[in-house]
Amino acid sequence: MQSHESHAWLWWIPLLPLIGSAIAGALHLATLRARKNDPSAAAPGTLAPWIACAAMAAAFGLSVKGFFTLQELAPSARQLASTVHHWISVNYPARGEFAVDLSLLLDPLSSTMTLVVTGVGFLIHVYAAGYMKGDPGYGKFFAYLNLFVFAMLMLVLSSSLLGVFIGWEGVGLCSFLLIGFWYEKGWPAEAAQKAFVMNRVGDACFLIGSFLLVRLFGTLDMATIAGAIGRGPVELEPDVQLQVSLAALFLFGGACGKSAQFPLFTWLPDAMAGPTPVSALIHAATMVTSGIYLIVRLNPLFASSGWVLPVIGVVGALTALIGGSTALVQRDIKKVLAYSTVSQLGYMFLALGTGAWAAAVFHLVTHAFFKALLFLGAGSVIHGMHEEQDMHKMGGLRKYMPQTFVTFLAGSAALSGLPLMSGFFSKDEILAHAFAGGGLYWGLWIVGVLTAALTAYYTWRMVALTFFGEERFDRHHVHPHESPAVMTVPLMVLAVLSVVGGVLGLPPVLHAPHLLAEWLEPVTRDGSRILAERAGEHELSHTLEWILLGLGAAIALAFAHTGFHAHKRGTAQDETLTARRPALAAWLADAWTIDTTYKRVILLPLRLVSFVVAVVVDQFAIDGTVNGIGASARDVAQWTRRSATGSLAGYAMWMGAGAVVISLVWMWS
Amino acid sequence: MELLLLTFLPLVGAFLILLTPRAAAGVQRGLALVTTLAVAALGIKLFWGYEAGGDPNQYLFEVPWFSLPSAYAAPTLVYFRIGLDGLSLLMVTLTAVLMPVVILSTWGHVEKRVKEFMVWMLVMQTGMLGTFLALDLVLFYFFWEISLIPLYFLVGIWGGERRLYATVKFFLYTLAGSLVMMVAIIAILYQHGTSNVYDLINLLCRLPVEQQLWYFGAFALAFGIKVPLLPFHTWLPDAHTEAPTSGSVVLAGVLLKMGTYGLLRFCIHMLPGAAVAASPWMMALGAIGILYGALLAWAQTDLKRLIACSSVSHLGYVVLGLFALTPAGISGGMLQMVNHGISTGLLFLLVGMIYERRHSRALDAFGGVATVMPVFAVFWVFTVLSSVGLPGLNGFVGEYLVLLGAFQASPLWSVVGLSGVIFGAVYMLMATRKMLFGACTNPENKKLTDLGGREMALMVPLVVLAVWLGLRPGDFTSKVEPSLAQVQQRILEARQRNATASLGLETPGTAAATAPATNSGAEGVAAR
Repeated sequence: MQSHESHAWLWWIPLLPLIGSAIAGALHLATLRARKNDPSAAAPGTLAPWIACAAMAAAFGLSVKGFFTLQELAPSARQLASTVHHWISVNYPARGEFAVDLSLLLDPLSSTMTLVVTGVGFLIHVYAAGYMKGDPGYGKFFAYLNLFVFAMLMLVLSSSLLGVFIGWEGVGLCSFLLIGFWYEKGWPAEAAQKAFVMNRVGDACFLIGSFLLVRLFGTLDMATIAGAIGRGPVELEPDVQLQVSLAALFLFGGACGKSAQFPLFTWLPDAMAGPTPVSALIHAATMVTSGIYLIVRLNPLFASSGWVLPVIGVVGALTALIGGSTALVQRDIKKVLAYSTVSQLGYMFLALGTGAWAAAVFHLVTHAFFKALLFLGAGSVIHGMHEEQDMHKMGGLRKYMPQTFVTFLAGSAALSGLPLMSGFFSKDEILAHAFAGGGLYWGLWIVGVLTAALTAYYTWRMVALTFFGEERFDRHHVHPHESPAVMTVPLMVLAVLSVVGGVLGLPPVLHAPHLLAEWLEPVTRDGSRILAERAGEHELSHTLEWILLGLGAAIALAFAHTGFHAHKRGTAQDETLTARRPALAAWLADAWTIDTTYKRVILLPLRLVSFVVAVVVDQFAIDGTVNGIGASARDVAQWTRRSATGSLAGYAMWMGAGAVVISLVWMWS
Repeated sequence: MELLLLTFLPLVGAFLILLTPRAAAGVQRGLALVTTLAVAALGIKLFWGYEAGGDPNQYLFEVPWFSLPSAYAAPTLVYFRIGLDGLSLLMVTLTAVLMPVVILSTWGHVEKRVKEFMVWMLVMQTGMLGTFLALDLVLFYFFWEISLIPLYFLVGIWGGERRLYATVKFFLYTLAGSLVMMVAIIAILYQHGTSNVYDLINLLCRLPVEQQLWYFGAFALAFGIKVPLLPFHTWLPDAHTEAPTSGSVVLAGVLLKMGTYGLLRFCIHMLPGAAVAASPWMMALGAIGILYGALLAWAQTDLKRLIACSSVSHLGYVVLGLFALTPAGISGGMLQMVNHGISTGLLFLLVGMIYERRHSRALDAFGGVATVMPVFAVFWVFTVLSSVGLPGLNGFVGEYLVLLGAFQASPLWSVVGLSGVIFGAVYMLMATRKMLFGACTNPENKKLTDLGGREMALMVPLVVLAVWLGLRPGDFTSKVEPSLAQVQQRILEARQRNATASLGLETPGTAAATAPATNSGAEGVAAR
């Protein structure tokens, strides 16, 4: 810790949303009470969005302040810390104290994350004030949303791995609450449960990783761990290397849960059961990026982990492909975006797998802009279409909702990587790193390029089906309308960011500085150095970079064009696919049937085991034995009781028999 | 003297209630509440007054009681000896604080024979406090058995339909274990000539491991049944399901902890050599218990039975942590004992509250309860989160330390135990979803009324404790740390001794180990 000065004000960044959450929650309870007496009473809950948005604005202001404070410092000294107290401490007689502090650390990485979380979060809060208007749970919604932001900020600001875990589980909880927000419908509650449990599988991996780190380093302070590896030798002892690799692998397992990577991604599409602002904030822009944050935060550990990095790359590329191909055939507009998110997160992990830490964060940031925009745009469409989500029942909406349409176009351009859009630069950087990696990474590069083509295709299919072609909705009952300004203004801000966000990380061929990489350099330095020493540097020539850029642009344009024109006229193309290749269409629609397989191969057998344990093992075997012992004791007693007949002759006979036996024994011995 | 007051104040209250006329239920309830509140206040005062850095054994009170024959010339002098140390501190405080909550909860469900009910409750409190405070082996056994009897009546008279089956099963099962323990206690008293727990702690650790294991086995059986440890757990779901709400809360909150407390005090602290030897087996039982209990809970359709099964799982954590024998494990196990008392106590209270309204505990009978009982839903979800170990609430710190401590001793059993982190979420969220969420279609459920002032008020202390333990566990662990360090010291010595013994070397202490420390008959063994 360079900075010994305590910056207690840092705590206000997470605490403000927490306070906002408490007030909004109290307002909601007050509303419930008021409604009980008089259903038409003016509900205090209508104040909740004001409180929540104010809390977000203030937290964003403090994040900006933090950013400028950091910027004034020398790059290597850019750390602001504040420790409150020993949270957990245990004394080890031989090794001294194992202690976990509750402390915050603001450095370039957490500052970037904080800005995204509070900035994009603020816009989504404002949007939600319009979107959720009239919902009976208006106040509750903002209480949960603010609570989520609190947890997310704890996640990115905590300097201890266990502090991160507070946020890590906290965002999982809020995700659970918000997915199940409309719990009366039933299926959102099931989706919420699924999300929480699958996250828990990842969390269990996270915990194992943390145990291994305690074993290796005796602490969970991430700066200390990263520093210890950074200072240590590049080549590790074999058994230490194994433990480092396992620790990295298990932490990556945790990241897979939270960031919806193969094999734990199947909860994210179901999570779309939540209100759309939730999908934008939690299931696109912030929570699902925690895994990427964690790995970048511990980049020296992952750089030293040997074979784990290629594993991350492969998982990322595979997830990108699964998500991208599944998004091709979805009819629900939110499902397209959900699988697209899975796919884009896969890109980020692919970047991490190549050791391109800054590229992963770059894509994280641009993705937060354009995917939040697309989700909010989709929400605006759904709102305007009276809760219709099926794109086959939309079409021609551009003239009804022009502002949503234009901003949606900007988001789509960025997602599909059209030239000069933010997504173009961030995706290209990842692919360039994969290409430079050589060997296995070439294979991953090919998968990445293929997925880029799929991305362009499904994005423009979505645009065409939603906004172009004939109007396929029932015009007597559905009257599409543009959303109010409280919803469209956030869309416009995000649209601008999606278009120009690329300036944060321009490629070297343009002879412009990669602002984000330079900003993150103090954090990623050690990891990059270790990787360079272990595997050697990979530099691409400028010619090759131009070729890759051109290839990326050409593919994006070509497939965007195809996707758009194939679906511009309506749903015919989709129906052709379903008719000609029903098996393939079903397989894609079901996301390679992975979730169905889980149900069959994991969930059902486990359920069966639990019934077998409860009925056969517990009731029959164990409790049967217990009751059997009880019963046999009673039987023995019954039997002996029968001997007490009360007849003197009987007793005399037994006495005589006993005397004979005793004398026989006596004579024998 | 404070401890004497603490232990017998409930008994005084019980006596006063006996003097009231049978019909004066209000007076009896009031007296019981006042008594338990006074005990709670005293308990909290003692907790604050307990000095972490001071003498580990504080507020000691002792008078000679009676004498028993021993293997030596001098008889074994049995004392009435009670004292508070780091091993008992948290349990005593929990017992004191939980009882007013329990008494207050009976307003809703105990209508018949209020007088006897309150008397038994208070007698039970004396029994439980005495069990935790006793520092004499005979006195410990005395209180241990005393606390058994009230629950027999509480379940047997105020219980559900199958109450007789449940209560006889519970009584006989626990008694069977206790009798085995009694044999061990008699053997110890006879051979070592003292019943002072602290003297025995100094004496028994020097016995050869084989001999320690005999004692260990007898004690572990009695405690294992009480905990309950797999495979001795089947009395618990029955007892819980049939017990009245308040009985379930006391049973889960305190009575089960007598078992884990006994494991720590006697099986680990007094017989460290055997504990080290048995550690892998006990850890295995704990870890498998976590998984087994969770799978069991998952298959339940009765809400109360589900929570009872979850207790098996949660106490598996305690045993896993304690027998990891690492500082983190024991510390975590200790915290988890308190946590389980709070979380599961709250769960049983909540189940009781909904049962009083709906007269059903079948999960299928519910659905959409959150719509009609929003405040209940908030308390329920909070409790579920505390129970599944959400960081920031009480369950997490204990769970983490247990699993970390277990990992340091045996990664395998720690990972098996970790499955509880996943399955715990599975069954608790399943129950939550089936009960609270979905559409409220059943007309019976539409009529449900939300929690009242008394019901909210009685849960508030536990909610506060849950948050406090989650955010500042150090306020509690720092008090017990010195005592746990002593236990740790014993374990280290035992490890060394076991290692030397396995090399075939005679340790200097072994020969003198059987001689009593305080009695004059040092030549006793030789003379025989």
